Amino acid sequence: MHARVRIQTEDFDVSAEVARLRADQKGVGAVCTFVGTVRDTSDGQIVSTMELEHYPGMTEKAIEAMIDQAFERFDILGARVIHRVGLLQPLDQIVLVVVTSAHRGESFQACEFLMDYLKTQAPFWKKEQTPEGARWVDARVSDDAALAKWGIASNNA
Amino acid sequence: MNITVKYFAGIRETLGTAQEARQTCAATLGALRDELIAQGGTYADVLARGKAVRLALNQVMSDETAVLCDGAEVAFFPPVTGG
Repeated sequence: MHARVRIQTEDFDVSAEVARLRADQKGVGAVCTFVGTVRDTSDGQIVSTMELEHYPGMTEKAIEAMIDQAFERFDILGARVIHRVGLLQPLDQIVLVVVTSAHRGESFQACEFLMDYLKTQAPFWKKEQTPEGARWVDARVSDDAALAKWGIASNNA
Repeated sequence: MNITVKYFAGIRETLGTAQEARQTCAATLGALRDELIAQGGTYADVLARGKAVRLALNQVMSDETAVLCDGAEVAFFPPVTGG
């Protein structure tokens, strides 16, 4: 049994994670993956590096609870979330969500649900290094709106 | 009662503290925030009313009405920006 949630500094291999989640699961007919990556620009500024901080213990619990909710809401067969922390650079992978289901609709929805949820309710903070110095990334109201469409109120930003 | 208070991201940086043990009589997270603000200095700055501060009680997102108990772990942090 592999952990459903991993917080790590190391990179991840999407193919290996998908293979692990699909292994021996003959009822799976759909696999949906989302990978978030580091951009080299943000709000008109060049980003040279990005540092991710989190709240050890709470992060894992919060994402576990989100996966429980995804299983309650959608007819899915498996789910994994990997989120990196520490120092990252443009092009680096940040986050992976993989969801499996019998048919595509449920895994597409659950994957988006998990990302919308994670964006506003998981305790991570990004700090960008730009030519004008370091700055903490501001939360976006649009991310609260994305979660609201699933019927969950969020006032993070 | 004795509690642990944790700070993250910009709030941690400004305070220069990631974690502290405190004794408090505050009944709720909101009362604890007021108590910290009353300390003045950088506490008053980063936790000021009107600043975007999010809270967790025992590692669960909470609001200021959440009730404190002995041994609680409280966290103050800015809006989250993961993903």
